[in-house]
Amino acid sequence: MNINISNASGEPIYLQIVGQVKALILDGTLKEGEMLPSMRNLALELRISFMTTKRAYEELEREGFIESYTGKGSFVKAQNIELFREEQLRQIESLLTQATDKAKSAGVSVDELHEMLDLVNEGE
Amino acid sequence: MGNYENAIEIKNVTKTYDGFKLDNISFCVPKGSIMGFIGQNGAGKTTTIRSLLNITSIDSGEIRLLGLDHKKDEIDIKRRLAVVFDELPFHESFNAKNMARIFEGLYPEWDNALFAEYLDRFGLPAKKKIGQFSKGMKMKLQIACALSHNAELLVMDEATTGLDPVVRDEILHIFMEYLRSGERSILMSSHITSDLEKIADCVAFIDNGKILLTGLKDELLESHGILKTSRENAKSIDSSAAVSTRLNSFGAEIMVNDRAAVMQAYPDLVCDPATLDDIMLYYVHKNETGWS
Repeated sequence: MNINISNASGEPIYLQIVGQVKALILDGTLKEGEMLPSMRNLALELRISFMTTKRAYEELEREGFIESYTGKGSFVKAQNIELFREEQLRQIESLLTQATDKAKSAGVSVDELHEMLDLVNEGE
Repeated sequence: MGNYENAIEIKNVTKTYDGFKLDNISFCVPKGSIMGFIGQNGAGKTTTIRSLLNITSIDSGEIRLLGLDHKKDEIDIKRRLAVVFDELPFHESFNAKNMARIFEGLYPEWDNALFAEYLDRFGLPAKKKIGQFSKGMKMKLQIACALSHNAELLVMDEATTGLDPVVRDEILHIFMEYLRSGERSILMSSHITSDLEKIADCVAFIDNGKILLTGLKDELLESHGILKTSRENAKSIDSSAAVSTRLNSFGAEIMVNDRAAVMQAYPDLVCDPATLDDIMLYYVHKNETGWS
């Protein structure tokens, strides 16, 4: 399991941990029922405050990605992949809405937008 | 180990000296955490630490350590805490082995094997006279002693100041290891904030005998920011979130305490994240209108 913290990104460290653990769960690196490193250990290894890892785990728990049991540790929860995909789709849709709104206000046509999307995809 | 919520509780403590006053200070160190105690030289860090330890007796206020009264239960407290000063308080003609003999008699929970392990880890010779130690070695020896009697609370006054970055990093790591169980706590004073920026859970800023700001480090770092704008424009910025404004010939930098809201209100302006140093600096100048 890999977690890299950036001090220059400006993104709060706890959110960086949340994002990376989520990604590890979704791509299958962390499997259902698997135990996560303890909050103390993660803080020690990453050399960050224990409060930061605690906050990250609390957020992951709140979002339903992990379960924590006092004295036992934190574990990856069974994921409802369907639900997650729906959520992702909603987010993508809202980003696309932003893009089309911007396009409208700048006088960019729908055809041009399609072209841009293709170009962006090719660029990746 | 004790059943208490805060390893250190300081409430409305005042101490007046000729020419210096510790002015009604209050802050807490939650059990299991590292508190960074930040301030300039002469701000009152050492006076606060000496008050905690009852070396200096306070005029008024309340101090509780490990849930106990710092005066009434002083003997019990002192068995369960360890202190590291910025100067080695041991006699120069002793060696590390002599120190172990002395501490063995002082602390019921002194652990010779653990002490030997720390000496080994720090690369400290057991039989060399302390007088011949370098500054870094002296500090490491004090820390080795502090960690070897199962203390629940470590109080450190500028313990990492004057050490090179490699040694400081090693020591910070050892402190975090020491806290792993969640039953131990650390109060660490320093004017080198980069160390605390990494590992501290909470911080308290002190200046001129007053606590400027205290809270969870992450929250303080996230909420504060430095807004950059022109000198003319600076006057039109909503002052409710502003801590203080620094002016130079070419513009103004305003520290704000609600970065997210400010970024939303002024989307065209740059609002940089703040460091602990920045926060200290802008709070020290809090009551000045435009400083440089």
